Amino acid sequence: MTNTALSLNYLQAKKGIFSWIFSVDHKRIALLYLYSIGTFFLVGVTLGVLMRLELLNPGKDIMEAQTYNQVFTMHGVIMIFLFIIPSIPAVFGNFFLPIMLGTDDVSFPRLNLLSWWIYIIGAIMALSTLLFGDGPADTGWTFYAPYSVKTGTNVTMSVLAAFVLGFSSILTGLNFIVTIHRLRTPGMSFMKMPLFAWALYATSWIQLLATPIIGITLLMIVAERVFGVGLFDPSIGGDPILYQHLFWIYSHPAVYIMALPAFGIISELLPTFANRTIFGYKAIAFSSLAIAFVGYFVWGHHMFTSGMSGPARIIFSIMTFLVAIPTAIKVFNWVATLYKGSIDVQPPLLYALGFIFQFMIGGLSGLVLGALAADIHLHDTYFVVGHFHYVMFGGTGFAFFGAIHYWYPKIWGRMYNKLVANIAFFILFIGFNTLYFPMMIVGLMGMPRRYYDYLPEFHLPNMISTYGSWILATGLLLMLGNLIAGSRRKREHIDRNYWKTGITLEWQTLSPPPVSNFDRMPVLPKDGPYDYDHKPEIKEKED
Amino acid sequence: MRTGASTFAEGVDLSLYIIAGISIFFLIGITAVMIYFVFRYSKKRNPKATNIEGSNTLEVIWTVIPTLLVIVMFYYGWMGYKPMRNVPDDAIVIEAYGQMWKFSFEYPDGKVTDSLVVPVNRPVKLNLNSRDVLHSFYIPAFRVKEDMVPNGENYLWFEPNLPGRYDILCAEYCGQLHSYMLSSITVVSDAEYNSWLTSAPSITDEHPGLSLLKQNACLTCHSQDGSKIIGPSFKGLFGKTEIVVTDGQEREVTVDETYITRSIKEPNADIVQGYMKGLMVSYAEVLSDEQIAEIIDYIKTLE
Repeated sequence: MTNTALSLNYLQAKKGIFSWIFSVDHKRIALLYLYSIGTFFLVGVTLGVLMRLELLNPGKDIMEAQTYNQVFTMHGVIMIFLFIIPSIPAVFGNFFLPIMLGTDDVSFPRLNLLSWWIYIIGAIMALSTLLFGDGPADTGWTFYAPYSVKTGTNVTMSVLAAFVLGFSSILTGLNFIVTIHRLRTPGMSFMKMPLFAWALYATSWIQLLATPIIGITLLMIVAERVFGVGLFDPSIGGDPILYQHLFWIYSHPAVYIMALPAFGIISELLPTFANRTIFGYKAIAFSSLAIAFVGYFVWGHHMFTSGMSGPARIIFSIMTFLVAIPTAIKVFNWVATLYKGSIDVQPPLLYALGFIFQFMIGGLSGLVLGALAADIHLHDTYFVVGHFHYVMFGGTGFAFFGAIHYWYPKIWGRMYNKLVANIAFFILFIGFNTLYFPMMIVGLMGMPRRYYDYLPEFHLPNMISTYGSWILATGLLLMLGNLIAGSRRKREHIDRNYWKTGITLEWQTLSPPPVSNFDRMPVLPKDGPYDYDHKPEIKEKED
Repeated sequence: MRTGASTFAEGVDLSLYIIAGISIFFLIGITAVMIYFVFRYSKKRNPKATNIEGSNTLEVIWTVIPTLLVIVMFYYGWMGYKPMRNVPDDAIVIEAYGQMWKFSFEYPDGKVTDSLVVPVNRPVKLNLNSRDVLHSFYIPAFRVKEDMVPNGENYLWFEPNLPGRYDILCAEYCGQLHSYMLSSITVVSDAEYNSWLTSAPSITDEHPGLSLLKQNACLTCHSQDGSKIIGPSFKGLFGKTEIVVTDGQEREVTVDETYITRSIKEPNADIVQGYMKGLMVSYAEVLSDEQIAEIIDYIKTLE
């Protein structure tokens, strides 16, 4: 290949819509995911803002109870299955895993494209319930039986959509596992892999091993609704608790599918902006595996009030507390990475710091819920809703935003306005905490979740929370506007190592990268991926 | 948080305060250290970073300390929870039913009510059951909650120690009017409880058809005064001519025994014009033919 072919970037290589939707280039597939996931995220946000509007005052504000129930179900289904599960792995994993490993693509590029198409088909199925049949499901994203068996709404289609989406997740997981095992550049042993790759590795195993269980469970719902097979509905001989077990055996590990990649992002952002090696590389890498492993055995904490036996409740409570330990280890190592660094406060770092703060609130409130006595009071209340959003949005969501601000110059070879990005971060941060913290308070007061209407004593926190949703929405719009405006700016030269202090391999190639990822052989740092003492010299141009 | 009004409140609140206390300490501590580092080791103040790859001592410390702390947290959670599973032998046993979207209670003497009255300082055991989907019986002030499962064998117990009136809420999502599935529990002295037991009317003194309508929460959606809620009103219903949609076709029917029976057993077969499909579940498994006859008998009286 000539030099020009090597430096032709992936964005310009081919033109036309088909060169995108049938591309097998992992970078283009990543962007396909980004645009589709981003769109569904905005739909989910809109539904969330509508829910908060309805809850501004007790009684009816803008919609009927039935509509509200369908809106929160749609919000959950979209945010969980269409946004947060695929988010970081499908976008940033797809784009950067091969580059960070120093290779030219994932192991199975066609399978990679297929998983995007399956994702789109699943998404269309999920959204089709808005238009066809007896209206979108009103069961909550958990589809608890026997209500999901009895309700007249279009549960069958929603459940089938989640089933189809599961395949997309499984294929991505499979692809990453094989890529990590087979395609690491010579000299990169497992212990010299970037921590983002470690996080994706742990995530992929969960995707591969846990997702089939939800697939089977969802098909069981369909069998019960369509053919009347008595599996979960006691009136035809089923057991509703069995459904909860099967559902959470997947859905709890799924929480780690959502969280682990975010941990990986944070482990990349901190060394770059502290300009120093990560503290406790092994501890961070292995704690991901520990979380993935122990995370399989804690699902019962979703069922402390379901009527599960006493000893089972005790064991699940202990296991839940055990998961906290590897998580705590990560937080301590992240903070220690800032120690004696040379810290450059840039927008991605702000998101990382915001992540650590909010994720701590999410994790620590999880401890409250893991304790048997406290959970009896707080189970199925707004405390859980607050906790969950702190982990998923305050954690994974903020890591996603951090990642997009971090790799923006690398992906598009352009730059956004940093001042606006910083302002947007602070608005988001304030809005987020105003929106979700009152939920924990109102949960402690005893307000159950999935409530269309509430008692007058719950009014104040709900009002504050709704105001928070407006601030948050403003911050999101500003952030998004800034990112879009950046992509419309005139293309200028963006250095390979835009932040100057990036050390993983993506910072050695051009911005944006060429089709085959590298225009010259990447050089590994001597002792591990974050060896800042022997950071390879990166020249902009070949001599 | 609401003031605790049962003997469990102390244990639950203690576990909450201990975990919240430890959590807030670490949250503030770690956040403060993090912010301090960002300022102290900023690029300006500390142009040259020191590469510290890690410290085994520190890793051990911050593995052991969280481990000890979570054991403490687990212990208090367990201790607060333990008494909830040990029902005293002298507890008053009341059957509690959940259904879309109301609670009902059956006392040992057969009295049926839609809210609870219990004596102070006496243990009460509720056998939890559901007539349709999952519900969850929740009294925030007592710190008790347990799901009501159809055909389930769940139970809970409590000992109220503060007279007053407290909310009962449904905590497990159960459909359209989940947030309106409310009741109350009134804690009174022994004497008041005994006089209430003998004097207060049971729902069973009413027309048996009306009791069935109440027990099955029919009246949440079907009014008795002619107003339109979610389904058609029962007032003047019997003998009336309605336009219904059957398999997409409009037709006229006269409301009689057969029509009402079919509407109870297959609610989606005929939909009265102007109402939505799919909002009512079939009661074929819930109501016997005799009970449906009682209901029809009662609807006839609503002219």
